Amino acid sequence: MIDVPSFAELNLEVALPGIFLALFTTVLLIVDLFIPKDRKITTAHLTIGALVVAFVLNLPAFNAGETAMNEMFIADAFAGFVNMIVITGAIITVLLSVDYMKRSGIEHGEFYSLLLFSVSGIMFMGSANDLIVVFIALELLSIPLYVMAALRHDDVKSEESGIKYFILGAFASAFFVYGAALIYGATGTTNLPEIFRAIAGADGIVATENSAMIYLVIGAAMVIVALGFKVAAVPFHMWTPDVYEGAPTPVTAFMSVGAKAGGFAGLLRVMIIGLPLLVVNFGDAVETMAIGETITVPSAWQTALWLIAAATMIFGNFIAISQTNVKRMLAYSSIAHAGYILMAVAAVGTVQITKVAENDYTMVAVYAESALNGALVYLLAYTFTNLGAFAVVMSLENNDGSGTMLDDFNGLSKRHPLTAAMMAFFMLSLIGVPTTAGFIGKFLIFDAAIQAGLIPLTIIGVLTSAVSAYYYVRIIVNMYLKDAAVTDEAVGLTPYVNYATIVAFAGTLIFGLFPMLALDLLASSGAQIATLLF
Amino acid sequence: MALEQFAPVGMLLLLSTGLVLIILNISAVFGPKNPTTRKTAPYESGMKPIGPAVRRLPVKFYLIGVLFILFDIEVIFFLPWAVVFRGLGFYGLIVMGLFVFILTVGLIYEWKKGALEWE
Amino acid sequence: MVPLWMFLTVAAALFVIGAYGVLARRNAVAVLMSVELMLNAVNINLVAFWRFSDPVASVSGQAFAAFIFVVAAAEAAVGLAIIISVYRSRYSVVVDDVDMLKW
Repeated sequence: MIDVPSFAELNLEVALPGIFLALFTTVLLIVDLFIPKDRKITTAHLTIGALVVAFVLNLPAFNAGETAMNEMFIADAFAGFVNMIVITGAIITVLLSVDYMKRSGIEHGEFYSLLLFSVSGIMFMGSANDLIVVFIALELLSIPLYVMAALRHDDVKSEESGIKYFILGAFASAFFVYGAALIYGATGTTNLPEIFRAIAGADGIVATENSAMIYLVIGAAMVIVALGFKVAAVPFHMWTPDVYEGAPTPVTAFMSVGAKAGGFAGLLRVMIIGLPLLVVNFGDAVETMAIGETITVPSAWQTALWLIAAATMIFGNFIAISQTNVKRMLAYSSIAHAGYILMAVAAVGTVQITKVAENDYTMVAVYAESALNGALVYLLAYTFTNLGAFAVVMSLENNDGSGTMLDDFNGLSKRHPLTAAMMAFFMLSLIGVPTTAGFIGKFLIFDAAIQAGLIPLTIIGVLTSAVSAYYYVRIIVNMYLKDAAVTDEAVGLTPYVNYATIVAFAGTLIFGLFPMLALDLLASSGAQIATLLF
Repeated sequence: MALEQFAPVGMLLLLSTGLVLIILNISAVFGPKNPTTRKTAPYESGMKPIGPAVRRLPVKFYLIGVLFILFDIEVIFFLPWAVVFRGLGFYGLIVMGLFVFILTVGLIYEWKKGALEWE
Repeated sequence: MVPLWMFLTVAAALFVIGAYGVLARRNAVAVLMSVELMLNAVNINLVAFWRFSDPVASVSGQAFAAFIFVVAAAEAAVGLAIIISVYRSRYSVVVDDVDMLKW
């Protein structure tokens, strides 16, 4: 007989922010049809209202630590934090879009619905406790982005970026589900904590000699490929600069932070909760351990992520140097920033094995919590900073999409001193200079990586940060030390864009000066994950 | 491994393929052949053929095609629901009601946008 | 009964054929069909794994397959729409002609 859950058992209230947003968006699609074409600003206001309501609904669910919908969904500090990042990012994106869409002649009410669908996808991704939910969330966040990238349909570049993003995105999704299917085949479940328990095994140590292990390793590799594509990690980054350049700028801004937050939320969920203890090669040390002794071994996927992270940081930063279009430069810099966060994910893969008694071991991914905190705070800092940088780029962008070259920033400090000062601050935050939010994120990530013993990777990270200073500072130099050849008005510098820039600036500054604000929010994340698993 | 379980299927496959091949080719083998240019040209109701036979379809067909894919495939969720309809009872009804609501929103949207009008 | 490895081999073969199609075909519609082939390969995998685990206790494999069907359809619809839009402006669906931005 079927076991029918009651509505109380579904525990829907902890999933309320995501459910509210998804349902509201569905209704907004219809409401928008009845809003006259010259009053689309109403849709934007409704969108911001809904995001604010979702933000408020997120507060009680933040620390609930409860599962919903038959354990497919979980609301913990991790989920709450991801929700917070993406909702704030979406509000700034809406502020950026209002005037831009109007002046480039692509004002469609559907844009806001698509944006909200993507946002709810990212929110579900942050709360996913099951591979099926990860997959649906991945698609819910990607499919609207394909359309949004191609939104400027009179512009061939925009269409081209849409079709490229779509083809490669669909390709990556296929890899994700293939990997998920293999993980399901090896463990017999799609639930992430159950996958964890199946891998940990009965006596606390995994049997290495069976076919399930092969499925798991191939599955993990394919999941990393697919999500690596979503977060634009090298060597799966080919689409990024083209799509970022071709898509309308507010869409690019959202893509660079939202799709990244979603991809990393999925990667962290699968890696921290599902597969942290996937160790293939224990080495000889396990055989000769004395009772009570502790050793650390790398998990099967750590080396792969190590290499991807290093390649991403090096490639992204060095190619960004040679860019003359600031939009394209920010695209490569966004690749480089994915590398830093991947470093934190790699740090999760350091596993500690303790021999408790004869044939009884415990395995713990000890650095999961510090790595998770680092990755999430970095995402928060990056969201504010990058959206701010895009806001400034957008205010200089002309209606036909030109005006985003490096030289267009010449003498900005004289024409628009406040905007130039904020842009300089965003650039410093992207480098990771102290008192900016970017510094806190980098510090936490480097700290976690050093704890986890990834010293060479940390050195690569520090060196590439120094390299990145070159191309970020170049913008500051252009703004303050060079004189502009032309003094045309910045057409995009409208009140809404100014609000967006100021919100982003405030976020970057506040979290830079008071990092404990973010860390306190995350304080219980590690403990919650531990209670979830055991 | 019991491949012999598949023997009937294999035989059916062979027989049906063979029969089709025989029927298709029997007239070509026994019929008289006397081709001329007129006879081998494509049949266009007695007219001389003009231009290639494959013509571009209006984009309207693609639109209807895309809409059809969506609404056709979404119905896959009705199938498991129909199988366990009695067991799920009121709960299933509510959940499917929500699903139908979302589908209906899509329908209203495309209707209002004029995607369903042919002209 | 047909053993599990046979299903997995068929699925892997289909997946690889699909991946080859995505990388090698130049017509965008053919690329889309190749992606669908890859997703359906995954469905074979999932249903096979489900059948060979405990089919009564858990139906996650089947449920996952159903979701992949639906998502694949949604993806195909969006993809076709974008392809038509590109076709209208360039009169070509050949991916290589889409070359304004360098790949």
